[in-house]
Amino acid sequence: MRKKRLLWRRVLPLSLLLFVYSFSLAQSRTISGKITDATDGTGLPGVTILVKGTKTGAQTGSDGSFSITVPNTATTLVVSSVGYATKEIPIGSGSFNITIVKSSGTALNDVVVIGYGTVKQKDLTGSVATVTSKDFQQGAAITTPDELISGKLAGVSVTPNGGQPGSAATVRIRGLSSLNGNNDPLYVIDGVPMQSLKSPDPNNPLGNSTIPGVTDPLSMIDPNDIESMTVLKDASAAAIYGSRASSGVILITTKKGKSGSPKFNFNTQLGGSVIAKEESVLSTNQLKNYVTTNGTPSQIALMGGVSTNWQNQIYQTGAITNSNLSMAGALKNLPYYVSVGYLDQAGILKTDNLKRTTASLRLNPILFDNHLKIDFNFNFAHENTKFANQAAIGAAAAFDPTQPVMNPKGSPFGGYFEWTTGNDSTPNTNATKNPVALLNQYNSSSMANRVYGNIQFDYKLHFLPDLHINLNLGLDTSKGWGSVHVPGDAAQQWGTTTNHGQNYQYQGTNQNTVLEFKLNYVKDIADINSNINVLAGYGYYNNRSYTYNYASFDSKGDTIPGTAPLYPFSINENTLLSYFGRLIYTYNNKYLLTASIRTDGSSRFPSNNRYGVFPAIAVAWKLSEESFLKNSTTVSSLKLRASYGVTGNQDFISNYGYIPGYYLSNNGSQYQFGNNFYYLYTPSPYDANLKWEQTASTNIGIDYGFLNNRITGSVEYYYKNTTDMINSIFIPDGTNFTNKYTANIGNMVSKGVEFSINAVAIQTNKVTWNLSFNIAYEDIKITKLTNNSSDPTFYGDAVGGISGGTGNTIQMNTVGYTPQAFFVLQQIYNQKSGTPIEGLYVDRNRDGVISSPPSSPDAYHYKTPFAPVIMGFSTSVSYLKWSLSTVLRANIGNYVYNNVAANLAVQRSILNPNNFISNTLTTYSNTNFINNQYFSDYYVENASFLKMDNLRLNYNFGNVINSKVRLNISASCQNVFVITKYSGIDPEIYGGIDNNIYPTPRTYTLGVNLGF
Amino acid sequence: MKKNLFNIGSLMLMAVTFIAGCTKDLNRYPSNTATASTVYSTAAGYKEALAKVYGSFALTSSTGPGNSDLGGIDAGTSDFVRLLWDAQELSTDEAVCAWNDPGVPDFHNMNWNSGNVILNGLYSRSIYQITVANSFIANASDAAIAKFTGSDATNIKYYRAEARFLRAYQYSVLMDLFANPPFTTEKSPIGTAFLPPQISRADLFSYVESELLSLDSANAMVTAMQNEYARADQACVWALLARIYLNAEIYTGTARYTDAITYANKVIAAGYSLLPNYQNLFLADNNLNNTEQLLSIAYDGQNTQNYGGTTFIINAAIGGKMTPANYGVPGGGWGGNRVTSNIPNLFPDLTGTLDHRSLFFTNGQNETINQIANFNDGLAVTKFQNVTSTGATPPNASVFASTDFPLFRLGEIYLIYAEAVLRGGTGGTNAQAITYFNMLRQRAYGNASGNVASLALQDILNERGRELYWECFRRTDLVRFGVFTSGSYLWPWKGGVSSGTGTDDHFNIFPIPSVDLNANPNLIQNKGY
Repeated sequence: MRKKRLLWRRVLPLSLLLFVYSFSLAQSRTISGKITDATDGTGLPGVTILVKGTKTGAQTGSDGSFSITVPNTATTLVVSSVGYATKEIPIGSGSFNITIVKSSGTALNDVVVIGYGTVKQKDLTGSVATVTSKDFQQGAAITTPDELISGKLAGVSVTPNGGQPGSAATVRIRGLSSLNGNNDPLYVIDGVPMQSLKSPDPNNPLGNSTIPGVTDPLSMIDPNDIESMTVLKDASAAAIYGSRASSGVILITTKKGKSGSPKFNFNTQLGGSVIAKEESVLSTNQLKNYVTTNGTPSQIALMGGVSTNWQNQIYQTGAITNSNLSMAGALKNLPYYVSVGYLDQAGILKTDNLKRTTASLRLNPILFDNHLKIDFNFNFAHENTKFANQAAIGAAAAFDPTQPVMNPKGSPFGGYFEWTTGNDSTPNTNATKNPVALLNQYNSSSMANRVYGNIQFDYKLHFLPDLHINLNLGLDTSKGWGSVHVPGDAAQQWGTTTNHGQNYQYQGTNQNTVLEFKLNYVKDIADINSNINVLAGYGYYNNRSYTYNYASFDSKGDTIPGTAPLYPFSINENTLLSYFGRLIYTYNNKYLLTASIRTDGSSRFPSNNRYGVFPAIAVAWKLSEESFLKNSTTVSSLKLRASYGVTGNQDFISNYGYIPGYYLSNNGSQYQFGNNFYYLYTPSPYDANLKWEQTASTNIGIDYGFLNNRITGSVEYYYKNTTDMINSIFIPDGTNFTNKYTANIGNMVSKGVEFSINAVAIQTNKVTWNLSFNIAYEDIKITKLTNNSSDPTFYGDAVGGISGGTGNTIQMNTVGYTPQAFFVLQQIYNQKSGTPIEGLYVDRNRDGVISSPPSSPDAYHYKTPFAPVIMGFSTSVSYLKWSLSTVLRANIGNYVYNNVAANLAVQRSILNPNNFISNTLTTYSNTNFINNQYFSDYYVENASFLKMDNLRLNYNFGNVINSKVRLNISASCQNVFVITKYSGIDPEIYGGIDNNIYPTPRTYTLGVNLGF
Repeated sequence: MKKNLFNIGSLMLMAVTFIAGCTKDLNRYPSNTATASTVYSTAAGYKEALAKVYGSFALTSSTGPGNSDLGGIDAGTSDFVRLLWDAQELSTDEAVCAWNDPGVPDFHNMNWNSGNVILNGLYSRSIYQITVANSFIANASDAAIAKFTGSDATNIKYYRAEARFLRAYQYSVLMDLFANPPFTTEKSPIGTAFLPPQISRADLFSYVESELLSLDSANAMVTAMQNEYARADQACVWALLARIYLNAEIYTGTARYTDAITYANKVIAAGYSLLPNYQNLFLADNNLNNTEQLLSIAYDGQNTQNYGGTTFIINAAIGGKMTPANYGVPGGGWGGNRVTSNIPNLFPDLTGTLDHRSLFFTNGQNETINQIANFNDGLAVTKFQNVTSTGATPPNASVFASTDFPLFRLGEIYLIYAEAVLRGGTGGTNAQAITYFNMLRQRAYGNASGNVASLALQDILNERGRELYWECFRRTDLVRFGVFTSGSYLWPWKGGVSSGTGTDDHFNIFPIPSVDLNANPNLIQNKGY
């Protein structure tokens, strides 16, 4: 420390001298002033002030003040800052106390963040899209960051994963780029690339949270603290993130402190969630009539005498409160932002609850005469979750409504009515369990903490101010633990041992560290009309998780056989080491070139395949700067862009997939020799040749702005080709310790077109009307899947497990088709009535026999769960202090397999041979099937939809209470309506298999925002 | 300035050292994992590795019953006996299954193809065990064993011999079912881009025979009846030889009945004897004092948990009016498998009063199968149960069975002897064949009332139906007797028709799974598929 200070003392005077010397050469003068936020009057640090037409500039200090020396010839200053509209100020005399306003939409002069830097919107060469806090979706039910941008960006699909508190959506940028690798985008928060904390799971396309007890790691980021989200869509923009960028990158910028005395902002939202649509099941009387008409005497005798609406029994109105208090200002030269947030969200499924406390602190001092910029970000989140047993959702649709919740005669199952076998003391294993008992006799709760943040030093050399040295140190640690308790009298865990019941706990931690060091050199070379921006960097990323292993116990505390762990914990770790560089070259402010390269070394690959190289190049031409357009009043901006780049993916299930090794089996998997049981020393499968998955993509785009940029937008075309796909694929039998393993086999191609338009339709003193619309079309096909494609009877890789039977699948990955295309039998319908005829399908191979998928020559590829067309529409109208806004989304051409109907809406389900009665959907009469027809294409339904995600009315009281307090009150509704042909409760299901999903509720919110 | 340069230089040096240090961090190894050198450094390690060679046909995975060594098939369905049972029983008159699980209906319809999930799983399971055995054998080379002395060295040699036996056994299964599988040995590489060559059925027969003969002539196995329970001994080698010689004409076109008799004789002379009570062979304590079993797959409700094996055979057979607890699986009863009427028709009565092997549950069950999907159609079978011979239920019996599955037992050997004699093999006599045959009859009837005075070949097939039903022999038997596909012998729902119909002869062999054909260009599909 002492040494450092000495160094500054030596360098500072020298560099000052240099400055004075250089400035004294030309005729110039010094202008000083202060830049403040138009709404709250705080000084804004880090704002760029440029002399128009030159690269002479300065940045504001921590309190917003600046001083700039300008040549006498200068006439105008250009003031710009991330998230603010750029403003041009004529240089006259007098003071320069300039106020700037938050930008509306994506003004072309806005500075947007890109990987490892910022660039003006108009100078972008890649496909980059930004949404700022002003345009976020809002409402109490928006509790995770991904939902903020839902419907806002072309080619970015945000699919909710049901209504469980804390569940985030599935975000896909330009569809899939991998079959088995991670398809989640890389999140970069304040410059720190975050580990996804989700392990891709071939059986669960949504992946599993690696923070135990946390539904989705994204839920631990408070959206209230986010200022803007930027999506890097094409390879040229994303390739600087190399091997983790194949699925796109989302850059999150958090809110920062400004200057002056503390400004408080208090935002609170109160809401209530209700179920938007229940499964339409038979009423008590309808079911009674059905059973009486069609059942055997013993089945009729099974019915009870009461009427219970099981769905009403399990759902509730879920209350939500979501509050955030922030304080922003500056303590002398130290801008700060402090916030605390609290969320308490009850699910619409009874017993479901999430409580979240968040806190964040940001310090952004600028020291040493603006030469050292420090960004310190600290975030803390604590979650306390109670998980409902979601098995109750399916059970409520299926449970016999003639039965009571509590058995009036009493029961050995905590008094609940349950189906039993013969005697009344053993539950019927095959029967549906009492939905209310499933909820009440299941106690699952968890706690989790997450601390993440970074400190970034950006030092502008005194003797060479064009060169920045930047060190970024990031940390993300989390810990989660929880327990599940099912009592001994619960039918849901009957017979685990003679004592019944189940108790177990779980615990785990994650620690991710990031170190990035980079040099950035920016130089205007006026002689050749050029600007260069060169970046070189090094990155080290480590991800380490601990999972503790525990046994399960029965209700009397005895260990359940086979559950005692062999090892007290296991460690999973992977490391990534990177070198990267980029050149941005601008010629004559018209021609732009960006070239970047990144080399990533991953611990997931053997040493001979360890490093992957990911280059990208992009060019852009600002036509509107050419003389033939420069003076056009219609065309205010026009830019052509083209890019090509390679990104990689190494994020898949195994950290150690290339390493041969042996592990001991667990307690329930031993083998007997003589009178002793032996653990099995088991060789793990491995692929000694494992390597990178690569996606090469080409992007062509046009950015346009008309009528003084009141109408802006872009059109894009892209083509992506994934090769050496990391794919869980059948490998030659006999060559490994499994038959299906992750290998680099397979290619996939996707191409698409995106269009977006933003318009300010009306802008007067009283009325403003903004509109924005986006639409994306995508076509994605698998082009290679195996080593050898000569076998005509190979249908592909069966995926999409369904409920019903054991191991049935409904989808097939096949060369020439979209991933997860449904693979089903073609239903034959009665010509007159139009109803499907049970068991009658088109015999496609004409052999007289219909065989069931997946290995069926009679099956065909029919539709896909991925919508080829996705649209989003946002609009807001403000009139004086009122404003009204809405967000609508539509998917066209997506299909969903209605597994609920395939399971329940048949006679065999209602009147089954297992001695219990089941309720059914009202749609059963559309088919009147006797037996389940799981593979009929009848159940693959058109799930195209139009959804109103959000409707919001806001009244801005302005300054009240002696003008000291700003007050905003809003009312909003989330998930307002859905228009669809789909017969289930929600057409929007990632992966396309509807099997009793947790319904996304409709949430009504009242919000108050106070500023003082 | 010099000092500054020095500072910059030292900074760069530090940076280089730091980065070089980080490069080492790219070598990450999993926790709780051992390398081959540690596993095979002790005799105990060898034994635990041998446990995996055996465990490969007893368990679906080493990480619990919900996981699998294999992909592309439901984990609980991916175990050896369950898959073998489906292929050997559901394709015949011995069983129908109510479930519509992928691949199951193809067996009733006799229209399976190269995409059948169950056949793919069985093929992969057999080859998986071969691969695990290959790896074990490679790690138990003479050089490796030379590091051990005394009983450790002796034991490891036995382990290696047993791994070779289990490999030969699985190759015999592949030879029987798929005829021309890919072929690997302990010399084949693992985890690389290597593509195994295909071996013809006849060549595979020679290989299996030579492996077994070499084990026998070298006395590599533990002496008959002297090994630990659930480990193979020399008698298992003889039994497998007898079994493949009985079927040699199917596999190679050359009859080897004399050899079948030779090796059946060796087993019989080893000292095994029939258990007095037939049902006790299939109960939860069949691992204790069992004088008839040569080798079983050992299951245990607490320590060897699996949703296949006898857990599957027992639970899938319970439905309708049956009370699962009566069969030792109070939390189970999956309502799946029954017999077609052909099997009960082999017995003199359904109650088991005369022939005690007639173990059917008839209450609420129709003998005629109108709907395969209806458990009440077709008689239920109570042959396998998870209760002990004294009626007790073993621990942790909710669904997991502790009943062991017999792979080789004396009863089968007697019938091999009798059939080989009737088919013209030398080294045995007709009178001895009748004696062995009647020993089974006498046990079944409890007296001599069921004994026969003469034997015809058809009697052997029928007796195998009575003695060995649901023990995974039926398809092989029907193929050997030439009636599996032809219209000369029918059963309800053969070929997907309720009255039964003949099918094409190519169904006598199962297809090479298309997923492996696509992964391994060396493979050529079997004829007709």
